[in-house]
Amino acid sequence: MGRLSKYIRPYVGYIILSMVIKLVGAVMELFVPYLMEIILDDVVPSGGRRWVFIYGALMLLCAGGCLLANIIANRMSAISSGKITLAIRHDLFERLSSLSARQMDQLTVSSAESRLTSDTYNINQLLARIQRLGVRAPILLLGGIVMMLGMDAPLSLVLIIMLPAIALIVYFVTRASVPLYTKEQGVLDKVVRVLQENITGIRVIKALSKTEYEKGRFNQVNQELTDVDQKAGIISGITNPSASLILNLGLTVVVVAGAYRVNAGSCQSGVIVAFLQYFVMILNAMLGVTRIFVIWSKGEASAQRVADVLATPADLTVLSAPAEKAGEESHGAVPHVEFRGVSFSYTGIGQNISHLSICLMRGESLGILGATGSGKSTILNLLMRFYDPDQGQVLIDGKDVRTIPPEELRPKFGVVFQNDFVAEGTIADNIRFFRHLEDDSLQRGAEDAQAAEFIAAKSGGMNAPVAVRGNNLSGGQKQRLLIARALAGSPEILVLDDASSALDYRTDARLRRALRSGYRNVTTILVAQRVSSIRHCDHILVLSDGQVIGSGTHEELMESCEEYRMIAHTQMGEEKEGA
Amino acid sequence: MGGKNPVEEPGRGLRAASGAQQPRGRILYRLWRYMGRSRLLLVLALILSFSSSLLSLYGPKLSGEAINAIDLGAGKVDFAVVWRCAALMAACYVLSSLFTFLLNVVMVRLSRRVSRQMRHDIFENLAALPVGFFDRYQTGDIISVVTYDVDTVNQSLSADLLQILQSVVTVVMSFVMMLTIAPELVLIFVVTVPATVVFTKWLAGKVRPMFRRRSARLGALNGFVEEMLSGQKTIRAYGQEEAVLERFDEKNKAAVDAYTVAEAYGTITGPSVNFINNVSLTLVCVFGSLLFLKGRVGLGDLSSFVQYSRKFSGPINEVANIISELQSAFAAAERVLSLIDAQPEAPDAPNAEELGEVKGDVEIRNVDFSYLPGQPIIHDFSLHAQPGSLTAIVGPTGAGKTTIINLLMRFYDVDGGAIYVDGKDIRTLKRDSLRRAYTMVLQDTWLFHGTIYDNIAYGKPGATMEDVVRAAKAARIHSYISRLPEGYNTILSDNGTSISKGQKQLLTIARAMLLDAHMLILDEATSNVDTRTEQEIQAAMRELMKGKTCFVIAHRLSTIRSADHILVMRDGRVVEQGTHESLMAADGFYRQLYLAQFEAA
Repeated sequence: MGRLSKYIRPYVGYIILSMVIKLVGAVMELFVPYLMEIILDDVVPSGGRRWVFIYGALMLLCAGGCLLANIIANRMSAISSGKITLAIRHDLFERLSSLSARQMDQLTVSSAESRLTSDTYNINQLLARIQRLGVRAPILLLGGIVMMLGMDAPLSLVLIIMLPAIALIVYFVTRASVPLYTKEQGVLDKVVRVLQENITGIRVIKALSKTEYEKGRFNQVNQELTDVDQKAGIISGITNPSASLILNLGLTVVVVAGAYRVNAGSCQSGVIVAFLQYFVMILNAMLGVTRIFVIWSKGEASAQRVADVLATPADLTVLSAPAEKAGEESHGAVPHVEFRGVSFSYTGIGQNISHLSICLMRGESLGILGATGSGKSTILNLLMRFYDPDQGQVLIDGKDVRTIPPEELRPKFGVVFQNDFVAEGTIADNIRFFRHLEDDSLQRGAEDAQAAEFIAAKSGGMNAPVAVRGNNLSGGQKQRLLIARALAGSPEILVLDDASSALDYRTDARLRRALRSGYRNVTTILVAQRVSSIRHCDHILVLSDGQVIGSGTHEELMESCEEYRMIAHTQMGEEKEGA
Repeated sequence: MGGKNPVEEPGRGLRAASGAQQPRGRILYRLWRYMGRSRLLLVLALILSFSSSLLSLYGPKLSGEAINAIDLGAGKVDFAVVWRCAALMAACYVLSSLFTFLLNVVMVRLSRRVSRQMRHDIFENLAALPVGFFDRYQTGDIISVVTYDVDTVNQSLSADLLQILQSVVTVVMSFVMMLTIAPELVLIFVVTVPATVVFTKWLAGKVRPMFRRRSARLGALNGFVEEMLSGQKTIRAYGQEEAVLERFDEKNKAAVDAYTVAEAYGTITGPSVNFINNVSLTLVCVFGSLLFLKGRVGLGDLSSFVQYSRKFSGPINEVANIISELQSAFAAAERVLSLIDAQPEAPDAPNAEELGEVKGDVEIRNVDFSYLPGQPIIHDFSLHAQPGSLTAIVGPTGAGKTTIINLLMRFYDVDGGAIYVDGKDIRTLKRDSLRRAYTMVLQDTWLFHGTIYDNIAYGKPGATMEDVVRAAKAARIHSYISRLPEGYNTILSDNGTSISKGQKQLLTIARAMLLDAHMLILDEATSNVDTRTEQEIQAAMRELMKGKTCFVIAHRLSTIRSADHILVMRDGRVVEQGTHESLMAADGFYRQLYLAQFEAA
């Protein structure tokens, strides 16, 4: 929890206030039986009927004050813990969405999800409960001890000696249970993952009749969760009985020791009676305090998991631009997009891209062709700075992308990835994609992406609902929606990664025509498998295993590149037969 | 993205998945049935809790005796008694603590067992739900039920129910004692106890929707988080982290507000009931004093009556608190039960046949279908595929091609007409056996967190490494795999940025190559695979398709030219059918489509 203290700090004053109010309530609450004692012990025997009513009224007053104070304090604790959680979640989500792809791969989405909800929820609960329970118990504990010390110091020493023993138990149990709760949250990640996979893969699982197998897989993680949860529950359950055992044994010692002291005439037997009374109070307070530690253990495990993410060092930071470099380059025409001797590997073993150089002027188009896994998408990942190259530089307008702040870099792009993300909402939501775009832009994007027709055919048009993961759209409709998204923002650089693979040829051809006529000044990078999709590009790269094995225009490549020719022949060969 | 008004209503949240908000009694009964499965533990818990309370009550009695022995004064203390009492006390406390510890163990076991069972039941039903269910609800929302709601139910169940049972005993005992002392004073409780009951009931009714909202909004938050994290790359590409964060903040605020409100109101119960008790205490005290002054009761009686009334109100206080806490359990239980009760796929007909050896004769006869009533996707569709034939389905996107697959696999049932396999209406067959008769490769690749080996061997348990390697080689993905540092043992992570879409497709093709069903469905199976690789795997694909009834959806018309039968679909209707040659000769829509792919524009 300490690592999250900066979130608590702004509310310290507020929390203290609520605790003071809680304290007032607790004192009021103690006054009720106290006043009652007075009535029974003093007022009634003296026979004052008036005083009975006065003290009765006082009791009601205290009861009312106690009610008010508790409601207010509870409300305040709910509010402050909520606000703290709000801030933690906000920062956590912000941090998560700025994690680099590499970091997210390591963390996994399911773990990120449960940290954001389940763990922060635990923290919220921890904060609220500690505030609710955290005043009375410690105060009563302290108060009880002080009262006892005042009555008979030697006897109370017996009990005070017991306190370190309890502290030790609490310490060890907490130390043992925090890792267990951490583990529990880790297993919860697994449960989340299995669920996630089963929901997204439901069709495949049913098709392969793997339902029983998946049930087995879930049962396994379910059992694992149950086991660790059980273990954590049993271990934290040690504190309570052992603390009361120690205190009770202490009490027994007090009775015996008291017997000797009374026998020796050094104290009154009444003191022992009073001792027993306070003792019950201390015991209850002690149990309250240990309960707080149990709550704390669970919250602590979650707090650590949240703090771990928050403390992840920033990856892909913005470098400061070397000044002379920029001046030197501003002479001639600066390429819009440039790769200079770029090499990159995802795993550090082998190379996904090696010594790649690309140079595109504004408005030019680049087509990238290559076998599956040859590094096409990797080029885009580097261009958009999802990863940094191991060697070489990626430049936009002569500036290394590592020196361009993301808020400048990202708006330059309109992009569609393979199998891109469609969110639940409406069609317009998906095209707008959180940006502040006019409806006209959405419409234009949709038209150019050849999506306008199917959108118009849906009831509701632009406001037609899109189901979870776009499941009510066909593959081709999804792709056109995504392209509309890319076009609607009037990008400087358009990146389409195999974005039209699910389109039939007619639609694809219409799309290409629209791109050529309406987006002349847009530098375009197309990754495709069809020669026909890229043959009109100004530059074409043919990749194989991260190496450029051919580059030039369609005509040049037909001459010079064996691989390209083969691909073209297999696809275009049919043209002759078909035509 | 949740539309314009994400805060007001937590989407089409799961809360309403099974429709009705169930009556409380029904929920309680079903929760009880979960507990009741471990009756032995429950009985054990009761015995343990009673004996540990008895023992701890016995302690003060012993200490009282000891004090009496001490009270004899200086020099006269009866040490024999003191020591005996002390020894008994120690024994009592040791046993009592031991029982408390054991009680906790039992309760933890009991409640975790219930959680496990609930999660189990949810998953069982999820597996039986029609695929359409998952198109309607956010994955994260469903997950939130399994993680958060199940946990909430059990936190209350384990701690609270036992306490209620314990409290009831104390209340009854104290009440009897009070009656014997001063029946007139008990009249006060005739007013205050019902007041407590009415108040608690009223508040519970108020608080319950708040807890319901708390569950729903946490689920909505989880749904949002899940969705946005899965789209993170795109969000970053568009630099929309801030905007998404804003949306997140709305959902976050909605969730936290719901929590705060539920918490603030939920915690009113305790102090309020405490207040009512204090009022009754005051009344007892005042009227008791008046009675004493009139000489109706003795001072000692009054004092012990007050003691008992405190004992009496303590547990009532507890119970009231617990009832308010139970509201959160009820709200969570509603969501849990709604998933457990969600309508599963209609069960197989009782006399459903096992589809054994299949020839592969598939007939679709006059089929009508729509996902949403009033929006027909397929009308009067017919098709007959002979065993071993290759049927290709082509047409513009959105023409209903994938729907046909959904119907063949019986992910959905037809609205009109029927589908026959080997002359049997597929609705008379066991679903599992029908689905097993197909091998299916979809455009949407699905890989799970596990090794590459596990992913390829997924459809064929017990496949050897050799089988897997052979399939991978045929699917032209072997050389990529062997270049990975961990080879076939490489774990695929869910984001999997280092593996391309095309490679994923090749992996799923390798998975399919290990299966030997008699019918094959390829839905854009190679759409992300480059043409060269596609050519290379052609031989293997042909091998895969040999002797099987195949349904191929492809936009690359080159891949389907050799089909026995080509269906050209447009707007849910088959507009043309025939072979490639006959369709080209007919000079219709197919020819247009076919030529368009080479259109140089």
